[in-house]
Amino acid sequence: MTAEATPSLVEATDGPAQAGPSVRGPRARTTTAYLRYVAGKLGGAAVSLLAVLVTSFFLFRLIPGDPVKYMTGGRQVSAGQLAYYRVEFGLDLPLWRQFTDYCGKALTGDLGTSYQFRAPVIDKISEALPNTLLLTGTAFVLYTALGIFLGTRSAWRNGGTSDRLNTGLALTLYSIPSFWLGLLLIIVFSVGMGPIPGLFPTGGMESGGKEGFAYVLDVAHHLILPVVTLVAVEYGQTLLVTRSALLDEMGSDYLTTARAKGLRDDLVRRRHAVPNALLPTVTLIFINLGRTVAGVILVETVFSWPGLGGLFYQALSVPDLPLVQGLFFVFASAVIVMNTLADLIYPLLDPRVGR
Amino acid sequence: MNRHDQPNRGRLRPRLLAAAAAAALTLTAGLATPLNPVPQQAQAKGSQQAKESKKVLTVAVAQSVDSLSPFLASRLLSTSIHRLMYEYLTNYDPADNHTVPGLATKWEPSADKLTWTYTIRSNSTWSDGRQATAADAAWTFNKMMTDQGAATANGSFVTNFRKVTAPSPTQLVIELKKPQATMGALDVPIVPQHIWEKVKDFSKFNNDQSFPIVGNGPFVLTDYKPDSYVRLKPNKTFWRGAPKFDELVFKYFKDQDAAVAALRKGEVSFVAGSPALTPAQAASLKGEPNIKVNDAPGRRFYALATNPGAQAKDGKHFGDGAESLLNQKVRQALFMAIDRKTLVDKVFQGHAVEGEGYIPPRFSTYHWKPSASQELAYDPAKAAQLLDAAGYKKNADGKRVEKNGKPIDYRILCHATDPNDKAVGQYVKEWFGKLGIGVTLNCLDNVTDPWLAGKYDLAFDGWSVNPDPDFVLSIHTCGALPATAKDTGATDNFICDKKYDELYDQQLAEYDTAKRADLVKQMESRLYDTGYMNVMAYPNAVEAYRTDQIKSIETMPKAAGNIYGQDGYWSWWSAVPADASGASSDGSSSTGVIIGIVAGVVVLVGVGAFFAMRRRATAEDRE
Repeated sequence: MTAEATPSLVEATDGPAQAGPSVRGPRARTTTAYLRYVAGKLGGAAVSLLAVLVTSFFLFRLIPGDPVKYMTGGRQVSAGQLAYYRVEFGLDLPLWRQFTDYCGKALTGDLGTSYQFRAPVIDKISEALPNTLLLTGTAFVLYTALGIFLGTRSAWRNGGTSDRLNTGLALTLYSIPSFWLGLLLIIVFSVGMGPIPGLFPTGGMESGGKEGFAYVLDVAHHLILPVVTLVAVEYGQTLLVTRSALLDEMGSDYLTTARAKGLRDDLVRRRHAVPNALLPTVTLIFINLGRTVAGVILVETVFSWPGLGGLFYQALSVPDLPLVQGLFFVFASAVIVMNTLADLIYPLLDPRVGR
Repeated sequence: MNRHDQPNRGRLRPRLLAAAAAAALTLTAGLATPLNPVPQQAQAKGSQQAKESKKVLTVAVAQSVDSLSPFLASRLLSTSIHRLMYEYLTNYDPADNHTVPGLATKWEPSADKLTWTYTIRSNSTWSDGRQATAADAAWTFNKMMTDQGAATANGSFVTNFRKVTAPSPTQLVIELKKPQATMGALDVPIVPQHIWEKVKDFSKFNNDQSFPIVGNGPFVLTDYKPDSYVRLKPNKTFWRGAPKFDELVFKYFKDQDAAVAALRKGEVSFVAGSPALTPAQAASLKGEPNIKVNDAPGRRFYALATNPGAQAKDGKHFGDGAESLLNQKVRQALFMAIDRKTLVDKVFQGHAVEGEGYIPPRFSTYHWKPSASQELAYDPAKAAQLLDAAGYKKNADGKRVEKNGKPIDYRILCHATDPNDKAVGQYVKEWFGKLGIGVTLNCLDNVTDPWLAGKYDLAFDGWSVNPDPDFVLSIHTCGALPATAKDTGATDNFICDKKYDELYDQQLAEYDTAKRADLVKQMESRLYDTGYMNVMAYPNAVEAYRTDQIKSIETMPKAAGNIYGQDGYWSWWSAVPADASGASSDGSSSTGVIIGIVAGVVVLVGVGAFFAMRRRATAEDRE
């Protein structure tokens, strides 16, 4: 590949016309090929979403037992009440009717009613999703940036002290169970230890009773420890992938050419090597982006964060079938959407993709 | 010149990104600047917060709210909160659990035992200023009787009601289908009719959209965030007197170690545990200054239940319980094979009492224990003799065999989420093994299915007992069996014993407390003799609170009892703030915020300047 062959991430937004060498042929043909590629990917995503919809319904119907028994566990209920619940939740209908009802309602955004919370599943998800996105989104931005930054540094100084330190620390933190690290951070930085005062709240997302800017600051205050925990255990993966991809690029001729032109080492790395090495990292970024929606059960549990991870755990413990299948659908959809987005972006990063 | 090499000022560089991130973290970290940190010791905080006038009692709980509607809620946290929001007709005395006035000042049965007349107090007002009357109570019960959606949580209380009326604002009349001794124990929150009559669908209305929520209990619910917290303020017009704290907050901690850390820090005033603090947590808190661990008799029993041969009301048997367990001598032998003292010492580490009768000793009116001659005490040798006498002798391999010749290997249902089940299971395995009986522990996340299908031999079982024991007694009657094998009954373990049922019916129709208690004790004795329910322990309520935030708080029973999850509102209503106490708080001070922001800005500016200088590329750097 030549130095001109791949644009930077930002420049790629100028469109495929600027994105590469003449091997792509005339612009019209390229556009048609790209559109065909996009249509294929979107079609695949639509089929996957449909498969998820079907799977989410039937997978949880495989759980043995009567949902009404889960609903009323530990309570005295009359036969009349049991019959009422079956009608209320549509469990008296044949399975095919339940399925068609589920699909029909799902298309309108109605994912059913939670057994334990007696609230629309979509409402429970809407309550928890912003909280999860705040936590995982913030952590995602930070660990991705940190991972790419340290990964490129490590690769560039391959074998050096900083490389060994970086990769060693990243691997160590990556191996640490997140809930254990979270508890450790609570003990040290929340309760306080020795000369370290207790700086942060032990759990939750807010103290309550605050409004406006005070509320924003309060949430930020609660956000720090869980975010630090997530960043610490997650950045290593991005670092290692980035480092590995960049090491593959290091011996390329175009980098020698760039250096021969007298460019600063810093520029050679950032402008030439990194963009060409980003493809595996971009894949990982989008996979992680899809995962952010699912929340992080362990970290959310340790820090009592009111997100989707905790909701999923509560749903499974009943099991609250409508909530479980609704969350499963949302999680799987997020991954499909993000993977599709990644697929659509690849050709802009590397014109050889999708031809 | 290659355009890639042109400096691009508009492009965010990774270094700058990282720096910005670091600065952002610094900024938020500054919210807790050491100039005014959240103190490590609540004592230090005491003097700081004494300046604040607001006294907040924060309770760390291990559950979230399922619903704020008293018609739907079933979780302990939710029902405990409803106790604080709404008055019930009656309450239980914190000293000895006997029934005391609530919304009703008096309740009397008719001569034929089928009509109860309650006198409703005239000094209870809803928090919106309106009078609470008998009409509210009648409306509440009638709604539950006529709307299945409204019967979700407490429908069992009204199944025996024929008619409920309110002839006057202070008179409530309940007519029954048959006599019912539990009419002083109707644990149903009475709601304001003028608010709730607007609700269209009781099965979906969660009472969590409009605050403050109108009630007439000791507290008024003012704020709620799902999966986060519930805030309540004192009801200044509560007829019994307003609570002493300015605010009561139930804060949800998903992880109990984090909740304990929050207590240690002073961020919460009380921690309840899940359902109690573990021995390790209690031990770690015992030496802490300003923390009191309340280790008191609990309201639960912990048992090993036997599958007596699952059956339905239609007489059909189902499931696959071991045939040998149908033999009473075998069941009694299993009682004698279990060393309760070891379980209390080793598994519960002293935070429990050895099990005896079915109802825990804290309910002194109904507690029963076997006489010395009746007791099935730990005696492995006698257990072996009983098994031999029952015809289940050891074979050449030292294994006892069923009548069909197969070695006995009992499957014990165990809750995968309960460490006690697993630990006790190992002991049971060892003790039964010495008798020549095999044990397979089936530890499952969801034991409901095999349990209801009767596909087990033994099961770890446990219930919280109410001051009125009717419910825990009723789950062992023939009437609680499922109608057919496909149905769900209210039965706990498919027990159906004619003698037990006769006693149950008698006690339910007995309105004299002493006579009823005697009948209940006879039922417990019968249950003990049958060997169906081996009560191994009564786990303690182990909880802790900060004495520098809570000066005094009432347990139930008063002498020694629990604070969280009481049958009444006594603990939170009676709690008195410590003199030097402010609030449990995790908030950050405005000084800290300002300094944090300043620090963050300084870092941002510094980092920006550093990179700007480095970016001044020389001519040599450019083509």
